[in-house]
This record gives sequence, structure tokens and C-alpha cells, in this order.
Amino acid sequence: MTTPRLVIAASPHLRAQDSTPRIMWSVVVSLAPVVAAAAWYFGISALLVIAASVAGCVAGERAFGRPGTLRDGSAAITGLLLGLCLPAGLPLWMAALGGVVGIALGKVVFGGLGQNVFNPALIGRAFLQAAFPVPITTWPAVGGSFWMLRGDTFALPFMRAQAPDVVTAATPLGLWKFSGQETGVVDLLLGNTGGSLGETAALAILLGGAWLAWRGYLNWRVPVAVLATVALAAAILHTVNARFPTPLFMLLSGGLLLGAVYMATDMVTSPVTNSGRWIFGVGIGLLVVVIRVWGGLPEGVMYAILLMNAFVPFINQATQPRVFGTRKRVVGGAG
Amino acid sequence: MPFPDELVLPLRQHAGKPARVVVKVGDRVERGDKLAEADGFVSVPIHASAAGRVVAIELWPHIDGSMATAVRLQVDRHAMQIPRPRLVPKWEGLSREQVIAAVQGAGVVGLGGAAFPTHVKLAPPRDVTIHTLIINGAECEPYLTSDHRTMVEYPARVLLGVRVMMRTLGVPRAVIGVERNKPDAIAALSAALPADLDLTVLPLTVKYPQGAEKMLIHAVTGREVPSGQLPASVGVVVQNVGSAAAIAEVFETGLPLIERIVTVSGEGVRKPANLIVPVGTKLIDLLDYCGGLVDDVSAVIVGGPMMGVAQANLDAPVTKGTTGVVALTHAQTGRDGVYPCISCGRCLDACPVFLNPSELGQLAQLGRYDEMEPLHLADCMICGSCSYVCPSNIPLAQLFSFSKLALRRRKAAIA
Repeated sequence: MTTPRLVIAASPHLRAQDSTPRIMWSVVVSLAPVVAAAAWYFGISALLVIAASVAGCVAGERAFGRPGTLRDGSAAITGLLLGLCLPAGLPLWMAALGGVVGIALGKVVFGGLGQNVFNPALIGRAFLQAAFPVPITTWPAVGGSFWMLRGDTFALPFMRAQAPDVVTAATPLGLWKFSGQETGVVDLLLGNTGGSLGETAALAILLGGAWLAWRGYLNWRVPVAVLATVALAAAILHTVNARFPTPLFMLLSGGLLLGAVYMATDMVTSPVTNSGRWIFGVGIGLLVVVIRVWGGLPEGVMYAILLMNAFVPFINQATQPRVFGTRKRVVGGAG
Repeated sequence: MPFPDELVLPLRQHAGKPARVVVKVGDRVERGDKLAEADGFVSVPIHASAAGRVVAIELWPHIDGSMATAVRLQVDRHAMQIPRPRLVPKWEGLSREQVIAAVQGAGVVGLGGAAFPTHVKLAPPRDVTIHTLIINGAECEPYLTSDHRTMVEYPARVLLGVRVMMRTLGVPRAVIGVERNKPDAIAALSAALPADLDLTVLPLTVKYPQGAEKMLIHAVTGREVPSGQLPASVGVVVQNVGSAAAIAEVFETGLPLIERIVTVSGEGVRKPANLIVPVGTKLIDLLDYCGGLVDDVSAVIVGGPMMGVAQANLDAPVTKGTTGVVALTHAQTGRDGVYPCISCGRCLDACPVFLNPSELGQLAQLGRYDEMEPLHLADCMICGSCSYVCPSNIPLAQLFSFSKLALRRRKAAIA
């Protein structure tokens, strides 16, 4: 037998089949039902807005990111998630700009994938909220024909706003906060309410999240902690004073589910330790309730997650595992 | 397997000082004759695994990747390969020191892979009390089944070895830890258990690295060996099942350790097998006997796929510590690109000693080795679990072995 060409490498010589791109693209796939639900309620407008924001993110990654980073799929996720937290009638250029800003200021400036502190999709959303407060809170009503445009979809930058000829509707949280009305649970569950594209289909989000968790691509502790905290806090508030909404309404309204399942679980911007993940989730849940009930805005998921993102290095440091054969936890390090 | 034409016996096959050669080129030796003697207490002699003639004493490729002085033995094809008649010591009549000397004299080392001289572990320092002897029957790595076969086929020999060790150590209790996926081994040992000893077989959870010494002690006793200390600090001595069988053989036949069970496995081998192999058999001869390698072979690993050493030269010989030879195919070792760490935390879940490989890896890539020390880099046993699970394909364990080396060098430079 002649000696074949042998590979010489340091151990271990085997590795599991999973890869980072596979995780990322699985997240993209799992969002398909959510996108489909958005299209069902908001027609072509939903697809256009999502496409614009994905295009913005991909362009941002191409323009500012390192070569070859598009393949890892993370820019596509950012685009999808950003699109899903925008209203259906948003001018497309704004959606695209949000994507570029989210990638550039939310991710690339920190050093690209893995280095960013804040969820890039939420950075894009926060930028749009600050820059265009009116269009981003103009919520078209659900229904209407598939091909109907629900706003100044094709408006150009610096164009004066046309009076849109579409029916708008308040979001369930807006209705509760400013008019004291509570939306029915069935409508919330099916997404038959006003709101941003991905806020509206609780079932589709839970389905996608469950699939990811089952495949091990999503850490279930974060969404469970967020949702349980919100439910518990809402239950206490509702019991003390019936003016406050019921736990079920709190859970199913607004961007909570999308945020808890898809945004808070972003691996890069959430803690690495399991105990840290519980702390992170509880923190988000508490902030959501505080902002919704006492804040000036009807919705607080975005700011709650961004705020807790900032605490992740500290949470990581405080929850380092206890090394085998030692008494104390390790403290310190680069975080 | 049959004797090959040539055997190569490195003087360094064990942890500790290499043996000192006592033969010269041209000498005729019988099977079991001493080729090299122990050089100090933490050292063992090397014996001829077959009758033949010493043709050279020179540097030869070693399975650890280096070149090491070795005795090359031309095997006598016409010899009967019967060892010289020898006195077989009756262990019951021997004192502790005599047993330890006999075990050292037979060249017995830990057969689980580390090849630490067995007799040293039978002579713990006077100031420590050992209360439990743990026998490691949890195979140390995937693919390897040599310990498994030993337990199934030689349960009585294993138990005799345990008995000798218990008496020598003066311990009241011994536990044989076997992973649950080897019910036949558990059954074979349990059926042969002697009634007069406090000796139990403990089924263990199947997980890697259950066979690592500190993991095994934790699984059996529930105690963690303190960071940086030896098992004796929790009153435990760990020996491998193969070593127990080897000790028994010394007192059954009087023969030194000249052959061992080797697992030849992996998708890259045509006919995988567990074989009794003369120490010093070249890997190429061993693989040839197993039908050779498949065309798609990419790596030949001595040891297991997680911690074993990839071989560059198949002329390197099987040593006393060679648990197995695993050949892998390109489909298994193929590597895709490395992606950035996405903080998924899988390595933290996988690390058996609860380190933070994610953070250590980032420090290692930046060359900040000094900062890795307080994060317990020293407790990393390079088991490879973190590299295995990393979806971004970051070579974490590889970085850690390099970091350990870099730290050692840095310290040496300062001192």
C-alpha cells in the first residue's frame, strides 16, 4: 500500500454539521409564514415594503461590509425583520434607507457580524422612527384588494406628502392607550388588526419560532422569559386595577411576539450564558410593560430590546459559569 | 494480528523519562526480552514484542509527530515466538513494594491513551489517603472500542487486576465506571464480580468526554477535583480497564506489556477491527492487515477523532498508549470557511469544565494570552468539544493548545 496524501491538522478532526450560514438561512426560511400572513392582510404593499428593506440591507452590506459577507445570510434576516416592523404604506425609499442605516450604523461600524452591540433591524427601525415619525405611524387598515397600494408607496425623497387615499386604522395598543378600547383576542391571534406588517400574525410567528427552537437555532429561554414576565406583570397590574389591559391582550398586541421570538433572540446581541438569557428576557419584559403602561408611546418593544442589548456585556460578565473544580465564578474578561 | 517483518520500539512510549537502551545493534533478542530499562521512578522499561535481531537504534517517526530514538527489530520469521521461561510471581505473597516493582518491571503504563506509568499511581505519596479506586471503562473517545472489547472478553482478567491494585493501594472500595451503551460489558463484569470485595460496576451516562479523568471522578463520586490538582486530592486513583488487565497478565503469565488491543476504525478503513497488536507494529502494516485505506481517505488519526494526532508518516509505530487508529474520509474532515463568532453559546453548553470558549477564542485570536490565564485556560483539557459544536467553524480547541504553548514560552522567556 502506498501512503495516500494525508491531511495533517490539529485535533479535533471531526465537527458537527451545523454552520452559521445554515442557522441564518433557516431563520430566513422560518419567517416565510410571517411574510405570507403580512401579504394576506396588506397585499402587494407588504411584499413591496419588505422587498425594499431587504434590498436596502443587502445594498448596505455590499457597500460597507467586508467582501463575501452577504453569503452568511445575516443581512437578509435584518432586512426581513426590519420590513416586518414597518407599516404597509411606508414609502419604499424610506424602507430601503432604514435597511442601509440598520446595516451600516447597526452592524458594520462595530466590525460586522458578531461584533454589533445592538440589533441592526431595530437600529434601522429606530432611525426611521426618529426621521419620519408620521409615515412610520400611519397604519393602513387590513383588507382590501391584493393589488391595492396602501400609501405613498412610490413617493420619492423630499416629495411633499400626498393625502393618501387609503383607510387607516389605529393599532390595538394605540386604541387601548388613547381610547381605552381593547381588541378581541381572536382578531389579535389571527392578525386581523392594524399595525406593522409582522405584528399582526401571532400564530405565524409562534410557528416559525417553535420550528427554530426545535432545530436548536433559537434559544427558547429568551422568548419564554420575555413573554412570562410581560404576562405576569400584566396580570398583577390588571388585578390591581382593571383599567390596565389583560395579560392576553398584552401578549398578543403590538410587536411583542415578533420582538420576543425573532429580535431578542438574535444570538449576537443577546447573552451567551443561559442564566444571562433569563435576566435579559426578564429585563425586556419589564421594560415593555413600563413603556406601554406609563410611557408616552403606545409600544415599547423596540426600545426595550435596544436598551437590554446595551446591558448584554455586563450580563455576560456577571453570569460567567463556575469553572469545574473551582468555587468562585470567573469575573472579568473582555465581555 | 500476525507479526510484521519489522518492529520499531521508541524509547519514549510513556509519560515521564524515556527508557535507557540496554541492547546494541546486532543483538539477538527473544520475545519479552528487555530492550531498554526504566530511567528513574517515573519511567518504565521497553521489551521486545517479538524475537528477532536489533538492526538499528536511530531516530524514527513517532506517532506524536516528532522523531524519537527507537530500537528497530528485524522479526525472526522462523522463531516460535515463545518467550523465555520465566518465574511468574505469586502476587498474594508479595509486599506492596514488590508488586509496584513488578508492575514497573513489566513496563505497564496507562492504556487509556496518556500512557502514564501505572506503578506510579499505585504508590501515592504517604500524606494522602486514597479511599476509592476508580476503573475507567468509559471509552475515552468516539470510534474507540478497545476498552469495551477488553471488558467483554477478559472480565476475569480485569477483575484480577483490580484486586491486585486494591490490595497494593490499600483501598477498601473500587468502582468500575462503564458507559450505559455497553450493556454487554456491564453484564460480563457484573457476572464475574467477586463477593469478597467492595467492588461495583457503575453504569454511566453516555457522553463525551465521560472517560476524561476528572469527568469520571465527578460522575462516580460527585466530587470535583479542584482546579490544578490531582485526583489524589479527593482520595481517588483512576486506572484504565486495559491497565488492570495488563497488571493481571503480569501475574498470570509473567509477560511484560508487549502487545495491546488496538481499535482500527473509521470510514477510511476497509475492514475495521479490534486487534491484539504487538507494540512497535508500524501503522502501515496494521492498516494493510485491515484491508488498507479507502481511496477517499483524508486523515489517519492515532487515538480518537477528538483528541488524536493526525499522522504524516504511516511508518510510525503503535506504542503502548495507542488506543486506536482511526481513518477519516474527506467528507468528514472537509472544512468550510470560518465565520465570525455569533455568540450562540453552544461552546459554553458543550464545555465539560464550564469555561467560556467563545470569549477565550476571541482573546486567543487577538494574541491576548495573558488575559486567558485568569479565565482558567489551564483547566482546558483540549477535549475538542467546543470546536466540534462551533457553527462558525472557529478552531477553538486548536487555538487553546496554541495559547497554552504561547503562554508557556512567554513565561520561560521571562524566567
